[in-house]
Amino acid sequence: MTKHLDRDMDRLHRDILSLCTIVEDMIGKAAMALRDGRLELCDEVTAEDETVDRFEVAIEEECLKMLALHHPVAVDLRRIATVVKVNNDLERIADLAVNIADRARGVREYPEFKIPKAVDPMVAHVRSMVRGALDAFVHLDTAAAREVIQRDNIVDELNEHLIELLQNSMQTRSQWVVPGLHCFSAIRHLARIGDLATNIAEDAIYLVDGEIVRHR
Amino acid sequence: MTFTKTKQAPAETLKPERIPAADPPAALQPTGARNPLSEPSRPESSPPIAISFDSFNAFYGDYQAIDQINLQIPSKQVTGFIGPSGCGKTTLLRWINRMNDIVPTARSTGQLHLHDLDVLASSTDVVELRRRVGIVFQKPNPFPKSIYDNVAYGARLHLKLTRTELDALVEWSLRKAAVWSEVKDRLHKPALGLSGGQQQRVCIARTIATGPEVLLMDEPCSALDPISTSAIEDLIFELRQQFTIVIVTHNMQQASRVSDMTAFFYQGKVVEFGTTDQVFTCPTEKQTEDYVTGKFG
Repeated sequence: MTKHLDRDMDRLHRDILSLCTIVEDMIGKAAMALRDGRLELCDEVTAEDETVDRFEVAIEEECLKMLALHHPVAVDLRRIATVVKVNNDLERIADLAVNIADRARGVREYPEFKIPKAVDPMVAHVRSMVRGALDAFVHLDTAAAREVIQRDNIVDELNEHLIELLQNSMQTRSQWVVPGLHCFSAIRHLARIGDLATNIAEDAIYLVDGEIVRHR
Repeated sequence: MTFTKTKQAPAETLKPERIPAADPPAALQPTGARNPLSEPSRPESSPPIAISFDSFNAFYGDYQAIDQINLQIPSKQVTGFIGPSGCGKTTLLRWINRMNDIVPTARSTGQLHLHDLDVLASSTDVVELRRRVGIVFQKPNPFPKSIYDNVAYGARLHLKLTRTELDALVEWSLRKAAVWSEVKDRLHKPALGLSGGQQQRVCIARTIATGPEVLLMDEPCSALDPISTSAIEDLIFELRQQFTIVIVTHNMQQASRVSDMTAFFYQGKVVEFGTTDQVFTCPTEKQTEDYVTGKFG
């Protein structure tokens, strides 16, 4: 029984790691597409999303099968429950990366519109949050997970700052309203990715400590 | 408490087809004895302690089977004992109604109380103790008698009942044990002619007929098929409103399904004791985690 469960757990772990790698790559590409106007990356992000969707369904099916067949308890139960949630969060992050890529296409139609410089630190923070949350989940590191949760405040502040900048530019030049709204949406999606990274970090803490730290 | 009071018992806990009309016999209300037909009381948020072990040790000759156990078993709840073979679960269970008295080399030190009763005191009336603390074993062990006589056996010993009252008690016990509808037309046929699951439920009926406070169950479903097991588990759920139940089981899923509290034993010690929810989702001890996840034992 245990060997069967261990074997299935190993496979599940490998699958979720593969999914993590793809999703991290998608965020990087979507951010570059937005900042540098590289539209070929937008197509790559859209194509990778199909792979993510297939992974997500396969991982969820695997989790449900393990719950039904092995009746896991204690850490095994917490791991499977956490994988179900992280899997869902990763799929949502992938969707948001696709949305950012779509907005990058929209912004590209206005070559004179400049993406605010403050987007760079926000992208860096969000990517490091996602990386940190996934590392915390993989290495069962609750200290790292708590650090990720703390960093969400910085992303929120950058988000507010960028929205203010965009509002000002749209108020001064009406022709920038459309690209400004594309950029505004992309930034909102980035902030949302930060929220989902926080969720993953909270799930990592539950996995290790059995403690639900949300809404505290 | 009176027989007639059963009329007011909640329908879901007792659905008599025939209400005993007689007043309760005095024998049903001796000091300490509980009328088995009394209404169940509702579990409280912080239930009182029914059984208490303090610095309890048990030995078979030189072999120490139980090592310094301190355990408080709550009243009117189901407490599950889990742990690998030879860890002392059954030994501890058997001390609660002093079944180990018949094992010549068995001895114990420390304190064991059933409410205020000092279970280990030489002055304790063991016959009365065993009426208060019923036990159901791994293998169904009906007497080679009729189903009716099996259930009536303890009542005839302990209580002086009229025929009508005894009939009512047998019916009540078999109903409580969820086997009445299956045996009501063959009450005077041999109990050994029943299926294993039915025999086990008749044994449970026999145990509760004497109005115990505590029901000890030593792997009651290990010899049963899944349907009988399910019937016994449903029964445990029903009985927990009225009895303090201690169940020893090797089946992790069963322990997690039926018990409110779980104690994990290893090498004669209680490694962890907590709510079943906590022990099975987030055990605090590494040994418990390894055991419940099947990594040893």
